[in-house]
Amino acid sequence: MTSPMQDPNTSFLFGRLTFGALPFHEPILVATFAVVALGGIATVAALTYFRLWGYLWSQWFTTVDHKKIGIMYMILGVVMLLRGFADAIMMRLQQAMAFGGSEGYLPAHHYDQVFTAHGVIMIFFVAMPMVTGLMNYVVPLQIGARDVSFPFLNNFSFWMTVGGAVIVMLSLFIGEFAMTGWLAMPPLSGAEASPGVGVDYYIWGLQIAGVGTTLSGINLLVTIIKMRAPGMTMMKMPIFTWTSLCTNVLIVASFPVLTAVLVLMTLDRYVGTHFFTNDMGGNPMMYVNLIWIWGHPEVYILILPAFGIFSEVTSAFSGKRLFGYTSMVYATVCITILSYLVWLHHFFTMGSGASVNSFFGITTMIISIPTGAKLFNWLFTMYRGRVRFELPMMWTIAFMITFTVGGMTGVLLAVPPADFVLHNSLFLIAHFHNVIIGGVLFGLFAGMNYWFPKAFGFKLDEFWGKISFWFWVAGYWFAFTPLYVLGLMGVTRRMRVFDDPSLQIWFVIAAFGAALIAVGIAAFLIQIAVSIRDRKKNRDVTGDPWQGRTLEWATSSPPADYNFAFTPVVYDIDAWHDMKANGYERPLSGYEAIHMPKNTGAGVIIAGLSVACGFALIWYIWWLAIVSFIGILVVSIGHTFNTKRDFYIPVQTVVDTEARRSKLIESGA
Amino acid sequence: MSTHDMHNHADAHADGHDHGSVRSYATGFFLSVILTAIPFGLVMAGGLASRMLTVMIVLGMAVAQIVVHMIYFLHMNSKSEKGWTMISLVFTIVVLVIMLSGSVWVMYHMNANMMPMPQGMTGQS
Repeated sequence: MTSPMQDPNTSFLFGRLTFGALPFHEPILVATFAVVALGGIATVAALTYFRLWGYLWSQWFTTVDHKKIGIMYMILGVVMLLRGFADAIMMRLQQAMAFGGSEGYLPAHHYDQVFTAHGVIMIFFVAMPMVTGLMNYVVPLQIGARDVSFPFLNNFSFWMTVGGAVIVMLSLFIGEFAMTGWLAMPPLSGAEASPGVGVDYYIWGLQIAGVGTTLSGINLLVTIIKMRAPGMTMMKMPIFTWTSLCTNVLIVASFPVLTAVLVLMTLDRYVGTHFFTNDMGGNPMMYVNLIWIWGHPEVYILILPAFGIFSEVTSAFSGKRLFGYTSMVYATVCITILSYLVWLHHFFTMGSGASVNSFFGITTMIISIPTGAKLFNWLFTMYRGRVRFELPMMWTIAFMITFTVGGMTGVLLAVPPADFVLHNSLFLIAHFHNVIIGGVLFGLFAGMNYWFPKAFGFKLDEFWGKISFWFWVAGYWFAFTPLYVLGLMGVTRRMRVFDDPSLQIWFVIAAFGAALIAVGIAAFLIQIAVSIRDRKKNRDVTGDPWQGRTLEWATSSPPADYNFAFTPVVYDIDAWHDMKANGYERPLSGYEAIHMPKNTGAGVIIAGLSVACGFALIWYIWWLAIVSFIGILVVSIGHTFNTKRDFYIPVQTVVDTEARRSKLIESGA
Repeated sequence: MSTHDMHNHADAHADGHDHGSVRSYATGFFLSVILTAIPFGLVMAGGLASRMLTVMIVLGMAVAQIVVHMIYFLHMNSKSEKGWTMISLVFTIVVLVIMLSGSVWVMYHMNANMMPMPQGMTGQS
């Protein structure tokens, strides 16, 4: 294969980018583009009209405040959820229609991009940002810190994640996305089978976002280890902080594997090496092996923080200390190590033989033991507790039921002979949606409903929250139970058309479920809008609306820029509960100036240049790639000379802020 | 016991590091030179009678050198940073051993179970 550098079909100025790359021939995309463009123009016009650009830039885009960065991560996640869900409902519709000779409405070229984009977006740009966002917001508050260890790095990580999302979104309107499935397995993703830009969009989108994820993992890891409040030993850390610690250990240890395997594939595609090709000594199975060494820990990166959220919620809403704190910590640590020992269960059928398959089958079944222990801990926490069925608790109970079913089908799939029947079938699709929706997503909703009053100072609307809850839970069961059935009947994943008309009814039921979930998402957006409208009514003046037990509830809602005027001292596991039980009085004098990090625009600029560089590499626009790469180096080095990185919040500001809080508390009492 | 001092950024560098001394750097350098000279000399002199033994000695010296670098140049010991450097080292080794030995094991079995292919279609013989 010749390398793209000598490709005669590329021009110097635009590489292989031509007008033909714009999808004028696809009416769905043209209509989507029109809507996106109109929405975009309206947003820009509104921001300009209300003169908000300066505010956004100085208060949000350049911020190094972990709370604002956490909120921006959540916004990114919700926006991308809409895109990922649009892909999902398109697939459901196509599969419900394409029977009895009907081709459905999506051509293969488009359909293959849709299912690839759905997987990539939901994992990398919905689940990951939202999990990172919650950790970013909550962890420093839970450990009584004023910010993360490396505040600038935090801002930079966020914008790199956005950069990756921008690259993936660009593929919708300029060129095409990968048509390979969400892990882009070679040889299908190799230069021979996928010569277009799709896989290159995939590679560079993930690489840019991966920089952000890895750096944010390092950041939170260091924060948890080095910045805990005095007295908070490891075994007095809140359980969400514990699961975040383990998640970030997993991120730091596994994302480099993804980076490396994508680099090797990039070399295959760009300079003609043969790591994963079928000839010249290459071995595509090595790609499968390596990507799942990252891929399985990734599953636990997503679910562990959700377990942490459920632990916090169960204990807060049962009014009890978490049952079995120590066993919960050890279960989490066990899962962290075990998650590195099971990756082969993703490719039992690739032919490793009986001994290898049985080893990985058994390790996979073992991992369900600590997970089961956690479930019993939550149940025993509720036992004889005074359970309050508020929204976070409702999501938690829905999780316990749904996730248990997903876990059991997982153990079923861990049996290699069963997997030979079910591999790549819709049963597998149903299983992992069962654990990701029922585990991660329900956890994120529990977390959002739980910590929203902390972040914004008012509770989320309960009526619309319940509507969203019931439509999501019912929608999940309607959408994925049929897929279990179909999978057992042998229907494989990623099919575009079907011959057997008896299957259609199941796909129609699944499409109905997807429609219910659509209502659930709409209700969630309405819930936020209504809550903002009624914010006066649902105001939280105390800073502790749920009778919380951990330190984030010790400060005001929303917390001041400096989080805590005085660093709290910790004596027990549920530090804030312990403080309340021992008659804690908020100190009202003796404030000092507070040392804080300063905002900087370097993160936004480097991420912007990275997007330009990625785009140039995708389209072989070499001059732009070189220029933007040099730009990245120059801005990065330039930033190291920026010595004005900190400032002191003057005593008077602290006094005023705390006086305002005192007034607020009195108004509620 | 507590991490109180970490909240004061000015103190952040005074915590638990071993910065080494001239003596420890000299020891490290001396050991590194020996551990480099032995395998070099061994191979340049033509190696031992058993090729396997030569390879093992060279690899053993390399591993020993890694340990020397970590102790004398990276100042790793069981106490610095309250033991976290040692824990992260152990974790890194565990994960690396799992990944490398696991991959070799898995790929070896796949290769062994591969369907025989006509000559010219396989990359490796």
